[in-house]
Amino acid sequence: MAPARAAVRHLPRAPRAVVGSNVPRREGLEKLTGRALYVADLDVPGAWWGVTVRSPHARARILSIERDLGADGARAVVVTAEDLLRAGRDNVVHLIADDQPFLAHRSVEHAEEAVALVAAPTREEAERAAARVRVRYEPLEPVLDFERAETIHKTCAIDKGDVAAAFAGAARVVEGTYRVGHQEHAYIEPNGMVAWPRIDGVRLVRGSLQCPFYVHAALTRLFGEPAEAIRVAQTSTGGGFGGKEDYPDLVAGHAALLADACGRPVRLLYDRAEDMVATTKRHPGRIVHRTALDAEGRLLGMDVEVLLDGGAYVTLSPVVLSRAVIHAAGPYRCANVRIRGRVVKTNTPPNGAFRGFGVPQVAFALERHLDRVARAAGLDRVELRRRNLLADGETTATGQAVIDAGASRQALDAALKRSRFAATARAHARFNRRHAHLRRGLGLACFFHGSGFTGNGEIRLASEVALELLEGGRVRVLAAATEIGQGTRTVFAQIVAQVLGLPYEAVETVDPDTALVPDSGPTVASRTVPIVGRILADAARELDAVLARRVGRPPGRPWTRRDFAGAAALHLDAGGERRVTARFSNPSGQRFDETRYVGDAYAAYAWAAAVAEVEVDLTSFETRVLRVVAAQDIGRAIHPRLAAGQLEGGLTQAVGWALFEEVVARDGRMANGQLTNYILPTAIETPPIELVVLERPFAHGPFGAKGIGELPMDGGAPAVVNAIADALEIDLDRLPATPERIAAAWLAARPERRRA
Amino acid sequence: MRGDLAALEVLRPRRLAEALAALADSDRPCPIAGGTDLYVALNEGRAPARRFLDLSRLDELTGLETTPSGLRLGARTTYTELRASRLVRRRAPVLAEMAASVGAIAIQNRGTLGGSLGNASPASDPAPVLLALDAAVELAARDGRRVVRRRVPLDRFFIGYRETAARPDELIVAVLLPSSALEGWRYAYRKVGTRRAQAISKVVAAVGLELGARPRRIAAARIAYGSMAPTPVRARAAEAALAGRAPTSAAGRAAARALLAEDLHPIDDLRSSADYRALVAGRLLESLLGALGGFRPGLDD
Repeated sequence: MAPARAAVRHLPRAPRAVVGSNVPRREGLEKLTGRALYVADLDVPGAWWGVTVRSPHARARILSIERDLGADGARAVVVTAEDLLRAGRDNVVHLIADDQPFLAHRSVEHAEEAVALVAAPTREEAERAAARVRVRYEPLEPVLDFERAETIHKTCAIDKGDVAAAFAGAARVVEGTYRVGHQEHAYIEPNGMVAWPRIDGVRLVRGSLQCPFYVHAALTRLFGEPAEAIRVAQTSTGGGFGGKEDYPDLVAGHAALLADACGRPVRLLYDRAEDMVATTKRHPGRIVHRTALDAEGRLLGMDVEVLLDGGAYVTLSPVVLSRAVIHAAGPYRCANVRIRGRVVKTNTPPNGAFRGFGVPQVAFALERHLDRVARAAGLDRVELRRRNLLADGETTATGQAVIDAGASRQALDAALKRSRFAATARAHARFNRRHAHLRRGLGLACFFHGSGFTGNGEIRLASEVALELLEGGRVRVLAAATEIGQGTRTVFAQIVAQVLGLPYEAVETVDPDTALVPDSGPTVASRTVPIVGRILADAARELDAVLARRVGRPPGRPWTRRDFAGAAALHLDAGGERRVTARFSNPSGQRFDETRYVGDAYAAYAWAAAVAEVEVDLTSFETRVLRVVAAQDIGRAIHPRLAAGQLEGGLTQAVGWALFEEVVARDGRMANGQLTNYILPTAIETPPIELVVLERPFAHGPFGAKGIGELPMDGGAPAVVNAIADALEIDLDRLPATPERIAAAWLAARPERRRA
Repeated sequence: MRGDLAALEVLRPRRLAEALAALADSDRPCPIAGGTDLYVALNEGRAPARRFLDLSRLDELTGLETTPSGLRLGARTTYTELRASRLVRRRAPVLAEMAASVGAIAIQNRGTLGGSLGNASPASDPAPVLLALDAAVELAARDGRRVVRRRVPLDRFFIGYRETAARPDELIVAVLLPSSALEGWRYAYRKVGTRRAQAISKVVAAVGLELGARPRRIAAARIAYGSMAPTPVRARAAEAALAGRAPTSAAGRAAARALLAEDLHPIDDLRSSADYRALVAGRLLESLLGALGGFRPGLDD
């Protein structure tokens, strides 16, 4: 389905196409055979076990902490905020607002907040000692409902055109309010870290994480020590989805504090229950739309309010909010847009990064709303979208002219074609007439996702990577981007191999260690391939140029492994550098006004459309997703199978959020922090997924690639819920669409249904 | 796993009399069969006891057999055995159907009928089906040197939330299905869980109908629910409303649905809501009666 490929600076030059082929996954065999070492597998002689003492209250004053450990006292250490301050540590998790403490001091702001840390030689001893740490609290009235919260973490706003005039001249105005709930990452490996005490002036922390340099920065601040005194290394990581973006800072800090206190290595490993109740979740939100249409169903004005629940501390909420606000008007053409975003404080565990980062919330609201708009305007929902989707070069809500915006329409057409949308809708109508207690329906959603950090974030990050020459014509990739199941190591090796014309096997990759790799930024924001991969391609071109110059041949020609080895040896013998580095250079010339929210919010967007087909059982109101078809323009698939895995995985996670996943809170504590009662889709609930991968190359991505990790998470939920609404002819405005909510909406749609 | 496993003691008797002797002891152990409920508690560090009585070596608790009065299913019968048993599939196919709806394959391999009944969860999958089948449990206890057995009808076995009529020194040794419930009766069952597999139930319904000599008349009905009250329950008022009616009688079904509220007392909990449970309980009755009576249920109102 690849459309004509434009000239791209990083098109393959090698005889063998490494990019675009399904080379064996780098760490695949290690994981399949159980040889990969996750943090819990590390054999650390002499290590003690760490336990975290947490607040049972959502908000309270801490009156006292008693630590009469009894017989276990001799073999256990306890660390509280007071101890930490006495030792001259900075009790602040360094991120954006620096408002979160490593250990609660004098007050707790959310349930499960860490109040004390305990370590002892064994888990049993540590648990017994932790049970003897007595914290006296004076409970205070918590703020639990974000819709009534008054403390604001952050606001942001977009103003484009003249919204008042647009509404004044509208043929029709449609309003709607949409709500979404938390979502738990449920990565297969819970959070965990092992920390060593200071040895030869260096503190080492190893563990499960996405962003080694975030952890590094947090520990540097905590201990007030220079960068070289802190070393953070990633162990094999069982998934992250954003859940290991900022929370590992806390786990690592806790483990390091305990190691410091007991003078031994300490393992701090969360079990599933602790991970579920204490760590971050997707931000719940309420999104209110007011939409002005002209007589032909064109969007004249969009007025959107985005409210997110940030939880007790700021953490990453400001950037989640800004991404949400920028994506809130969707991939649609509208000259007059007003968006107001607000993320507020509640006394609940901080919400954080989760695949999509604010976009799934606003995409659900907008795509549900557009179905309502279509109905109000008497327009077909496909036609409404087709009339309003962006075309090449048209501007988004921030006024960014996007050269390939028309890919959104291509995605829509491809999804409609593959799903045989109109024919399927007719088949459903026949099916519904034949079945008394089953209803089938179709849902559609169009969506987009900006690759990389928002606004000028990438310019500030100034990511750096290096390539290192090894013996035997091999090259090693040095980058901080982590392998968390998505294929980072594989695609990096492919990109470098392709630029140099070397075989895939000649390029080595490592799990990041801050003592060895430059800071190529965090592994987040769909940036690994388009941003870090591009810098790597630049580094590879530089390496090629250096070696070509050394042996006097023109650059840009593929190397044989032998020639490459010879050139490298010559280069090193002559005293040449073993390492070549490259830095982010803002190749697209992206520029964004961060106070007015005007300009190029992202260097590139990936575009997509999804169609979901559902069957709802009128006896139980359970929904079965029969099929999801998704067409997505991702620029270029570096590794088609891994790319498909990302797309399928994201859509499955979206189905879970749409139908099942719900955090049940009681007094601010998660009451269903077990996989028995927090319901994830299993294989049976995972629908057949049909992908149409469109490859319209992004001129500044490596080989044309854009980011794809988050995109599929954005549109799956609205497609599924639109299908349910279509099947039952009901309105659904809240996620997850559980059988309980569907039943209530079905009853509400016709009062006569409410009988015994 | 939280808690200290090394601090737990496990007795592993080979004979029923030994097991019953242990239960008669003042330091009474907690019986464990498949462990599918107990392990969850153990994993969370909430061990319900310090001593356990492992039943896995007691052969007297196994076996599926025909007796003069019906079927006798050993208390250690697993869901996998129910699914595979030709005897069960021939004489009480609804039990095999129920067994297929439990947890996942691993759970079906370990979970037992006796364990589920002894655990007395209101959300038990087998309990409503066994209530509809008019089952009884056989309990055994040690009386001096003798093993004494008694039989308690299942509808008198569940006496409160996770409470049974079994004395602490009694062990469930078998589940008995009377012939009178197996001949001339038809059964239908449905579990509505939190998802389609690996799920705890939100509503479970089982319906048995005895269709009289004159066809199209319901001679007797047994209707039972799970997750709708503090214990698995019979919906006796609804049963009475159906007796003597044609299964196709809309009035009979409406009356039965209306009377469900007499016996069902659903609550809001982690998994569902009282409103949803009440609504779905009625719709399940309609749907199961439809399946048994051979008509299309009137759900599309």
